Amino acid sequence: MKIRTPVNIEEIEKLKIGDRVYITGYIYTARDSAHKKMIESLNSGEKLPFDIENQIIYYVGPCPAKPNEIIGSAGPTTSFRMDAYTPTLLDLGLKGMIGKGSRNDEVIESIKKNKAVYLGAGGGLGALIASKIKSVEIIAYEELGPEAIRKIYVEDFPAIVLVDSEGRDIFNRD
Amino acid sequence: MREVDMKLIIETVENMCMEANYKLSSDIEDKIIESRKNERNELARNILDDMIENLEIADKKKMPICQDTGMAVFFIEIGRDIHLNGDIDAAINEGVRRGYKKGYLRNSIVEDPIIRNNTGDNTPAIIYYDFIEGDKINIKFAAKGFGSENMGALKMLKPSDGIEGIKEFVLDTVKKAGPNPCPPIVVGVGIGGTMDKACQLAKKALFRDINSNNKEKHIEEIERDLYKKINDLNIGPQGLSGDTTTLGVNIEIFPTHIAGLPVAVNINCHVSRHIEREI
Repeated sequence: MKIRTPVNIEEIEKLKIGDRVYITGYIYTARDSAHKKMIESLNSGEKLPFDIENQIIYYVGPCPAKPNEIIGSAGPTTSFRMDAYTPTLLDLGLKGMIGKGSRNDEVIESIKKNKAVYLGAGGGLGALIASKIKSVEIIAYEELGPEAIRKIYVEDFPAIVLVDSEGRDIFNRD
Repeated sequence: MREVDMKLIIETVENMCMEANYKLSSDIEDKIIESRKNERNELARNILDDMIENLEIADKKKMPICQDTGMAVFFIEIGRDIHLNGDIDAAINEGVRRGYKKGYLRNSIVEDPIIRNNTGDNTPAIIYYDFIEGDKINIKFAAKGFGSENMGALKMLKPSDGIEGIKEFVLDTVKKAGPNPCPPIVVGVGIGGTMDKACQLAKKALFRDINSNNKEKHIEEIERDLYKKINDLNIGPQGLSGDTTTLGVNIEIFPTHIAGLPVAVNINCHVSRHIEREI
């Protein structure tokens, strides 16, 4: 199934755990430190560095780009470290996260409540995923290096639905 | 007495950092390919195919297999008939600094674990030294990713817990890790010593060829049994079920105290990067 960003809510609701999806459009990269900073900004009454509504965040800290390349290896990092921050972002309109591994109950509840989706990309497949990234622009927290927020354009970025909008979790199906 | 110049150490380490991150050693790569052939789950086969394609792209384009190019870990064996002509700690770190910069590898090290400011050059490395006979230096390097490192565990078992207690703890650790350490995983187990020694042994076990076995028969049996039991857990590639959960289980042991049975488990992902050079 193909998805475009910003996402269409009806399309997100059709996704079921185990579905293979291919994402095309702009997505935003953020991992540990960028999440901490975003939440700190919100707590001090500031805005997020990008409009999060109907967007997808990709948990990644890429390698530096070689000359004549736009990005280095760029596979997903383990998602659960972002669990503490994710429900707040979902409440603000975030509709999808791409990472690897399981999420806690609070995140799954929030995904269900906000009709969002959690997608898994291939852990360790940094070189393969980099080939799906067509443009890269650092838009915030440049000082964080690999952890800066990047707006990236992806074409047919491959992922698997790990938690769907009904709150079903692929790692906890019993 | 052989004189060893630090320039040789720096250059060797620089090249090892790049090579290990671009291409897996044949023991790991061959095992992934073999696992793909034997895997019965269709989604798992697709994921293993993706892993093999990723290895091909990284090798061809000389780019890191995984973006987590790791914390640099070294086991250095120094021949007693060698005179080191300089500061070997500084030389290894300089090699890491150069290799990570020249190789476009990610800088993943923060200086202070609380303040968390990036050191900007992937140093310092974690370095263990041993002394051996002869006039050679054996450098073993691993680029240790932290998705898997975070899933490790230590338990101070009672001597009466025995082999069954050890197996139960290892299986429990792997089950809890589930999809997070990027399975199929390599499992390093350290048994004996003190709590810190057990952890170091578990790390050292990850540096050993996964086709090798512990030379003690009773330990080899534990390796074989755990390999089978872990693959029966149905965690599978990326944790999405399948026959392929581990690529190999390596155990290292050390004498311990009459009152203790320390056991440490150190997990590595399918991009299990280790490399060895003798100079």
